[in-house]
Amino acid sequence: MASYEDVLCTLAEQDSRIVVMTAENRAAIRNLPARLGPRFIDVGICEQTMIGAAAGLALRGRVPVCHALATFLTLRAFEFIRTDVGIGRLPVKLVGAVPGFLSEANGPAHQAIEDIALMRAIPGVQIVCPADEAELAAAMPAVLASDAPCYVRFNAGPPAVVHRAPFQMGQAEVLSEGNDVSLLTYGLMLREVEVARRILEAKGVKPRVVNLRTLRPIDVRAILRAAAESKLLVTVEDHLRIGGLYSMVCELLVESGVRARVLPVALEDRWFRPGLLADVLLYEKFDGESIAARVTKALNA
Amino acid sequence: MSTMAVRSENADLEALALRVREHIVRMAAGGGCFIGASLSCADLLVYLYSRVLRVSPATVSDPSRDYLLLSKGHDVPALYGTLAELGFVARERLENHLKTSDSIYWHPNRAVPGVEFHSGSLGHLLAVGVGIALDVKMSSGPSRVFVVVGDGELDEGSVWEALLVASAKKLDNLVIVVDRNEFQANVATEDLVPLEPLDDKFKAFGASVCTIDGHDYGDLRSAFASIPRTPGRPSVIIARTVRGKGLPSLERRADRWFVAFSPDEVKALLGELHGSARAVLTSETKVVR
Repeated sequence: MASYEDVLCTLAEQDSRIVVMTAENRAAIRNLPARLGPRFIDVGICEQTMIGAAAGLALRGRVPVCHALATFLTLRAFEFIRTDVGIGRLPVKLVGAVPGFLSEANGPAHQAIEDIALMRAIPGVQIVCPADEAELAAAMPAVLASDAPCYVRFNAGPPAVVHRAPFQMGQAEVLSEGNDVSLLTYGLMLREVEVARRILEAKGVKPRVVNLRTLRPIDVRAILRAAAESKLLVTVEDHLRIGGLYSMVCELLVESGVRARVLPVALEDRWFRPGLLADVLLYEKFDGESIAARVTKALNA
Repeated sequence: MSTMAVRSENADLEALALRVREHIVRMAAGGGCFIGASLSCADLLVYLYSRVLRVSPATVSDPSRDYLLLSKGHDVPALYGTLAELGFVARERLENHLKTSDSIYWHPNRAVPGVEFHSGSLGHLLAVGVGIALDVKMSSGPSRVFVVVGDGELDEGSVWEALLVASAKKLDNLVIVVDRNEFQANVATEDLVPLEPLDDKFKAFGASVCTIDGHDYGDLRSAFASIPRTPGRPSVIIARTVRGKGLPSLERRADRWFVAFSPDEVKALLGELHGSARAVLTSETKVVR
């Protein structure tokens, strides 16, 4: 399987418009300075300048792919993203590292748990949330082919599932077609949702699992179909309940005049307890078993 | 240049700047504009567009053109006036200032021919200029990038962040022009967050710096004669200017930041530009920040 770095490098080799930028965050792109030469631009630890410069490069016809930690990218540079990239409607690609629970033991300063809420508040910005490295790699050609600004919630984790449906912007991947409950999720949490699905199935519950893949555009049809066909919708995300998938689903249901029960599994108005990923999932009750227990309780309520 | 040629060029520039100032005063009618800051950079923009920048109405999309980015966006009437006088925009279009039927408002809009990028939030366009200059270097292009910043704008850390990067990347095709009119919105810069010694600050950040009189065409001529000032380094030209320049009734007035004038006042100010007595102004300064 091709890594994110390999895919990005191959795409850059095929398209001279692509430049790779970073605010001194090289974890995922360590080999690219040697491979891309002057098209690898490290500006140092200054996210605002990186985004402003990316806008300048885009004005000259380039497609900059900007790397930084998700918090510092979406928060420190927010106004540059909104004002330079957003108002300019420039094809700048924003790659936010260690979003959500992936910041692990770094503590609240590093916790990007409002990144989706922020990015969807900028008109025209696409949001791509891969569930693992295969999905990330599969998404990159579409991300780079688009003329729109795009935020990628970087996740190069181990396989969450075997992906069969080809990646397409605005198209969810429906992994199982049950009608008792629909589990709607994206990114890192897909793996835990899959664990929850197996536990629920063992108890005779038939869950549907919908991996949204992209939140803007979002797959309206897949969500409305799940609402129509299942007794309960559950949104699972390592993001604040405010402004993320739960908000999007509720807005969509109200807008469409559809009545449905929606259970949010999200962070409730606080930062999460720092620790190693597996421990965080357990402590915060976002592991598959805890999710399954919450779903069971809601189904029995 | 012979003395005669210099004198004739100066006369042309002065005439052009006077017409630009007339546009600025007219744009201060009705809904008003940021007149003080517009008047302080009028001579700078007139000189840059008519004698320095390799750009014309026919080459606004040519990748080899020179770029001018107006980072202190509230002085856009000076830019629109200059672009109108040099044929980038029809003069009549400036009559649409602030009308929703057009797109000429209080800050630069890229939809207007000749405007390279929008601004309004201070401290942005030096970073954007760094990106353009980086690409020009990467593609071995001839373009130079001029970024006009206000002195009040230098309070923003992002200006200094971008300058560090410009120096690190040896962007000698980048020129920062500081409109040093010594005022923030409401108070003198040195009374709030002092900037002096400003040239030393820029030098310490790796730029090649000179300080000139931003209303003196002789100074402007020598400052922009050879860019880069020093190979391998971004240039900074600190242009000492006067807020409200050209209208003694407005010059150096902290309370003349954003003003909306009545038709009679506009008439009197246009007269003042041409040497009549000082206009009697009754409009209250509209404080917007």
